[in-house]
Amino acid sequence: MRWLREHVVLILGIAILLYTFIPIFVVVLMSFNDPSSRLIYRFDGFTMDNWLHPCEPEGLCSALGTSIQISLLATLGSTILGTLMAFALVRHDFLGRSSMNLLIFLPMATPEIVMGSSLLALFVATGFSGQLGFWTILIAHIMFCVSFVVVTVRARLAGMDDNLEQAAMDLYATPRETFWRITFPLVFPGILGAALLSFSLSFDDFIITNLNAGNTTTFPMYVWGVAQRGIPMQVNVVGTVMFAISVLIVVGGELNNRRRSKALATAS
Amino acid sequence: MSSPADLADQGAARATARTDSFDGLRLENVTKSFGSFTAVDDLDLDVPRGSFFALLGPSGCGKTTTLRMVAGLETPTSGGITLAGNDITYAKPYKRPVNTVFQSYALFPHLDIHENVAFGLKRRKVGNVDAQVTEMLELVELESQARKKPAQLSGGQQQRVALARALINKPEVLLLDEPLGALDLKLRRNMQLELKRIQTEVGLTFIHVTHDQEEAMTMADTVAVMNAGVIEQMGAPQELYENPRTTFVANFLGQSNLIGGTIKSRAADVVTVDMHGVDVSIPAARCHADGDEGWIGIRPEKVLIGDPGEQLDAPGNSIPGGVVTDVSFVGVSTQYQVRMPWGQEIQVFAQNTGHRRIYRPGESVELSWRPDYAFLLDASQDAKAGAQEGTD
Repeated sequence: MRWLREHVVLILGIAILLYTFIPIFVVVLMSFNDPSSRLIYRFDGFTMDNWLHPCEPEGLCSALGTSIQISLLATLGSTILGTLMAFALVRHDFLGRSSMNLLIFLPMATPEIVMGSSLLALFVATGFSGQLGFWTILIAHIMFCVSFVVVTVRARLAGMDDNLEQAAMDLYATPRETFWRITFPLVFPGILGAALLSFSLSFDDFIITNLNAGNTTTFPMYVWGVAQRGIPMQVNVVGTVMFAISVLIVVGGELNNRRRSKALATAS
Repeated sequence: MSSPADLADQGAARATARTDSFDGLRLENVTKSFGSFTAVDDLDLDVPRGSFFALLGPSGCGKTTTLRMVAGLETPTSGGITLAGNDITYAKPYKRPVNTVFQSYALFPHLDIHENVAFGLKRRKVGNVDAQVTEMLELVELESQARKKPAQLSGGQQQRVALARALINKPEVLLLDEPLGALDLKLRRNMQLELKRIQTEVGLTFIHVTHDQEEAMTMADTVAVMNAGVIEQMGAPQELYENPRTTFVANFLGQSNLIGGTIKSRAADVVTVDMHGVDVSIPAARCHADGDEGWIGIRPEKVLIGDPGEQLDAPGNSIPGGVVTDVSFVGVSTQYQVRMPWGQEIQVFAQNTGHRRIYRPGESVELSWRPDYAFLLDASQDAKAGAQEGTD
């Protein structure tokens, strides 16, 4: 009893971790599954087939390719636009700046189903109903990612000491050199974070995409579609790879931080 | 030693020596307004080449704005700035031979110490950067820290990096914006000496902005006292201290007793003032009062304290009727508050030489000072202006 009371936090912690990670373990495990039937979701035997032939199910790899293309382009577009907006909002005083600061939050606060259907209404009303597809998805994704980029980059920029840029100019750096040698490297972690966030938001999106996709199929739409007929095990391969990539990014960042704080500790 | 009166004459001579061949930094009729607020008001200032110049004043007096205009980080609303005869009023900050040591140091956090110091040289595409950086880091005794990041250094080390980063460019003028403000007292004293040593060694013009009067007096060879956007008085530290022209300078630079008086007669070299029934004389060169009234100023350490009727250091002004109200023993000296017959409390600092006894509260005393040390200020000025207790 006493032992339990002392370790309750630890036990709860492990339980919550398990609760979060069990679905991911299942995904990893299922990527090695050799199912006896498409309709029964059960681990029947170990195989490497799913990993060796990930494109075997019809449509999976083309959907994945579409998703990756859209996500990369959406990340690029929203990161550039959002970064420029963040600079404008932090560095320049213009009419309507404070209302702009509020409006930026609107796409984040709007329910996706509302935003998706109003976008569809917009596309139809402006005569793009026949062209729904890759480009309309991309426009929609850039739109909802921009807000997240602005918020992330703005926070980083606002936390930066203005004196640094003044010091650079005082030390003979032209405005261009000041930007590329001081401002940009210091804001870059914020931009990188924003880009990663945009990529995962875009890759993941289903509701808005589904409403504006026309005949185009993205990976989440593919999974949704095949779920009714039994999910092919290759979907788990894609899931595992995505998970592994995110873990690598997080671990890499953490190692980098640790190296830095270790250097700090040895110095003082 | 030259008398305070001589020093005042030298100051006057220096003020008239403004010629066109002036090769230092000159500010002419510079005004800077932010909306309706005038931070710097019609300022004229000459900083001779190679001098260690201090701009001293309370916060908000316009000293940092002045510095930023010299650095090019602000543009004057009107007026002009010239450096060695060249107009730099509107020159971009990266185009003027002026470097700044910022109050927050503003070291680039993503670059190491070596890269920070090399920054200015690299932007100007100067050759032989590494050797110069190494030499500069040796000057500030940080050569072993070259590959560390700024966050890994202590405050004092960061301060020296900021100094090295500016100095390496050999600017015509080095601007220091309260660079010692963030350091603790002991480190600050060391850095004051260090800065002074480096300035003597490299021979550049230093303009040091500070609100610490002791720091300004210790380091600078010329101090300009600034208040509300204008320079109240400028001169050598000793000259300012011994012969202040305004109540603000008298109170801000050290402490002063300011006693109201009526001018009885003005002779060529001496002014006689009636101070609550006692005649005191003040050298004419130390008189800065226009009307019939004036504030008689005397520094607390110049006031002698003695028993009633005792002969104190003749030929002094002798003022009887004081009563000790407060005594603080501070080791090197004893600080008295003496209530005078007219109700004012006069501060007296007596050196603890051991020759004189220490008075106790309630004792009757007589005060005296040498006429040479007193000064007379205009009665229209606020006697409390610039006093440390009043401003904070």
